[in-house]
Amino acid sequence: MFDRITFDWDWEYAFQILPQLLEATIVTVQATFVGFALSLVIGLLFALGRRAPLKLISWPVTAVIEFIRSTPLLVQLYFLFFILPRWGLSLSPFLAGVIGLGLHYGTYLSEVYRAGIDSVPKGQWEAARALNFSTIKTWRNIVLPQAIPPMIPAFGNYFIVMFKETPLLSAITVVELLQTAKIIGARSFRYVEPVTLVGLIFLLLSYPAAIAVRRLENRFVKQRA
Amino acid sequence: MSSNALKPPGERPADASQPDFSRPKDGAIVEFRKVRKAFGDLVVLDDLDFTVAPGEKVAIIGPSGSGKTTILRVLMTLVEPDGGEVYVDGQPLWHMVVSGQKKPASEAHLRKVRQSIGMVFQHFNLFPHMSVLRNITEAPIHVLGKPRKEAEARAKELLGMVGLGDKLSAYPSQLSGGQKQRVAIARALAMQPKVMLFDEVTSALDPELVGEVLGILRQLARETDMAMLIVTHEMGFARDVADRVVFFNAGQVAEEAPPEELFTNPQNPRTQTFLKAVLEH
Repeated sequence: MFDRITFDWDWEYAFQILPQLLEATIVTVQATFVGFALSLVIGLLFALGRRAPLKLISWPVTAVIEFIRSTPLLVQLYFLFFILPRWGLSLSPFLAGVIGLGLHYGTYLSEVYRAGIDSVPKGQWEAARALNFSTIKTWRNIVLPQAIPPMIPAFGNYFIVMFKETPLLSAITVVELLQTAKIIGARSFRYVEPVTLVGLIFLLLSYPAAIAVRRLENRFVKQRA
Repeated sequence: MSSNALKPPGERPADASQPDFSRPKDGAIVEFRKVRKAFGDLVVLDDLDFTVAPGEKVAIIGPSGSGKTTILRVLMTLVEPDGGEVYVDGQPLWHMVVSGQKKPASEAHLRKVRQSIGMVFQHFNLFPHMSVLRNITEAPIHVLGKPRKEAEARAKELLGMVGLGDKLSAYPSQLSGGQKQRVAIARALAMQPKVMLFDEVTSALDPELVGEVLGILRQLARETDMAMLIVTHEMGFARDVADRVVFFNAGQVAEEAPPEELFTNPQNPRTQTFLKAVLEH
């Protein structure tokens, strides 16, 4: 098989497969956005659950967070896609993929939330109580609006990391960028062009995103000073 | 108001041999009854008995670490006492009476009773993400349910009163310490409490800014009918504004008297030592 693989770059072939790869890029970007949105919600729920005054809530939540964070994302994806159906829960590849991403990154983001929430001074909670805000309004109007802005750069970094981890979804047959490249390669026995193009597409998207995050970070540092 | 009016309806008359924890003294806006609080081995409130009349201005003085601030923090429900009873405006604060039994207060009960209390903090605790105006209107709108227009009109009035009518759209970070504390006073006033707690409100200020805040408090003491509990190290100020000065020591009221009496002729040797130390310095 290896003697059939060529390492010469073929421009014509590269342009021929480009539209198919760009289409797959849409799936990759969708998986990133949906997965990240999920992890933002799950992360907040984890962070709140972990600091719940009831140990009946905070201990199991802590255990779940530690379990998810200490096992590989790939294993979790396999579990969601190949093993859950045995218990009657069949998920589409895309759905299993974004749930996996959301849960896994949710545990990371819960730490970001925790740090942000802890950065709100105790006096703010006390002022909220002195003004008789309800618990929900204390969180919504007083604490989270102060806790979230300093979290944004960290969120941005995790967003980029998650984007670059989406090729893992190819393992559960999500037809995203890498899976598409593998399909193209298997069809033509030419892997150099599709895989190189996949790398380039990731670079072209994540590098500007990284610059944007850095700008955001600088702006925040300036605001604080 | 007869004392019976304060009892929950349908309750059996209290047995005279049992302490009646359902009912405060008549006519007190705040009552501490045998309140205990310890942080580890340190006893900060030692079976404290302490009463404030409606509209009364009480200055609380005493050595640091004597538990002065804890009195205010128990009242503001920031610190839960270990024992005893606290009443605010005729209602138990930290407990409820359910069919004659004393139960810990629920969050809903705390919120209801807390409504009568306001507090100004040593470190202002303004909301840094809100303009001065919104700092003041946020709670009237979201806690009391007042219409925005009404809340804003009232906030502007209060800001005018504290001399900051031109700072509506400023953010706390753009204000001096004295200005921040004046906004904090306006914010607490906007909730129309019956009892206002002032916790060393000038201690975090640069010396040249202390006067502007004390000026506001003097005016407030003259013009409002809310009760004021003022923990302070400013003896001259305590003397001016208070109806009664309470010297607090080792978790208990060591001596209390009208200011003239307490400052010119203190009876307790501890009060004498304390006053000597602060006034000579």
